[in-house]
Amino acid sequence: MWKWLHSYADPERAYNLSGKLLPWFAMLATALVGIGSVWGLAFAPTDYQQGDSYRIIFIHVPAASMSMAAYMAMASSAFIGLVWQIKSADWAAAAIAPIGAVITFIALITGATWGKPMWGTWWVWDARLTSELVLLFLYLGVIALYASFEDKVLAARAAGILAIVGVINIPIIKYSVEWWSSLHQPSTIRITEKSTMSTDMLYPLLINIAGFGLMIGAITLIRFRSEILARNGMRPWVRELAIAEGVK
Amino acid sequence: MKKGISFRQAFFTLLKRDLQIAIRHKGDIFNPLLFFILVVTLFPLGIGPEPQVLSRVAPGVIWVAALLASMLSLERLFKADYTDGSLEQMLLSPQPLPLMVLAKVLAHWILTGVPLILVAPLLAVLLHLEDNSYGALIATLALGTPVLSLLGAIGVALTVGLHKGGVLLSLLILPLYIPVLIFATTAIDAAGMNLPYSGHLAIIGAMLVGSLVLAPFAIGASLRVSTN
Repeated sequence: MWKWLHSYADPERAYNLSGKLLPWFAMLATALVGIGSVWGLAFAPTDYQQGDSYRIIFIHVPAASMSMAAYMAMASSAFIGLVWQIKSADWAAAAIAPIGAVITFIALITGATWGKPMWGTWWVWDARLTSELVLLFLYLGVIALYASFEDKVLAARAAGILAIVGVINIPIIKYSVEWWSSLHQPSTIRITEKSTMSTDMLYPLLINIAGFGLMIGAITLIRFRSEILARNGMRPWVRELAIAEGVK
Repeated sequence: MKKGISFRQAFFTLLKRDLQIAIRHKGDIFNPLLFFILVVTLFPLGIGPEPQVLSRVAPGVIWVAALLASMLSLERLFKADYTDGSLEQMLLSPQPLPLMVLAKVLAHWILTGVPLILVAPLLAVLLHLEDNSYGALIATLALGTPVLSLLGAIGVALTVGLHKGGVLLSLLILPLYIPVLIFATTAIDAAGMNLPYSGHLAIIGAMLVGSLVLAPFAIGASLRVSTN
């Protein structure tokens, strides 16, 4: 049943497929992030309690939710790479890690700038914030481990094990606002029931979340393609590609 | 087919071997302990000797020092075996690797975790810890330090083949230590205020059970990557 998927483990096919997908991801991401941000930042109604400063939600929430999604994507591809020995999956994991770290950093920074006017402080040591900070450290650990091996096949496996061990942090972040009493507000977006948020604010937020997801997808594809080229520099197809591009 | 020796024999042989090696190099036992004591001593000098302040920060100071001492001592968990090749013999042996790894981690915990638990009350006296917190301090250390050893061993196994593993090791395993630290210190704080802390202990216990079951497999997989 999954036979058709196996052929994409081949680096050349994976390279070509991601090349074909890249423009779609890039275009959709630009469109959605553009629409969502302009709608959210300029046209969405002002919040009656928080005033205009609530508008950072349109960056903060997509960044925060994507920081976890990117981690899960990284850990899943690391798992696939470890279990089925598919090198492309290892490269994908290595490609996602720095993007995830940056998006986690964005979530923390936007959260801090939102916290200053709302809570009167840049930072509190509460469960949600601390676990998100731990997520950043986990990303940095994976990147550092990947960078410190000369042999990138080993590097990917070692970093993959660390990424899989770190998955334990994801449910902690997700449910931290429900398990502990926290200054951070609980989730307002509901998937199965009605969200506790006005639709004028909800739609731009959802558009931005989808846009951020696609944006991460697009950047991952770019990094994935260059990772494939870097790891397969000696293969004939890469050489032909380089000659076709006119690289000396 | 006869396997030669049973799992239990293999486990205890390795445990005994590691303990014997460490007892013959006594520095391996005492240096982390001295480090633990020294770090704790630095805090009253750094933040001032007022008993109220010290008793407030005591749980955190003792736990952070224990965490660092455990991390430092872990570094040589697989190093000697890796350099002299006995680690590869363990990987090649017919005994399951997670079992062997568990024996090594247990030996490490007996040599570094247990002395730490024994010294901690003494340091707690120096830091004016609340009188009713001692039980919680011992209990959290008894349940928590094995978790530290197990989680830390994953990081050590990942970095054993690298030449400059030290700083990288701390980057890898300190984030994983944070949950243990949080629950342990809140348990001690709760005990200091005469509140029940069995819930916190149960969570640390759950971490111990979880890491006892899963960590040996992660450590084994990491060792296979590192030795390749």
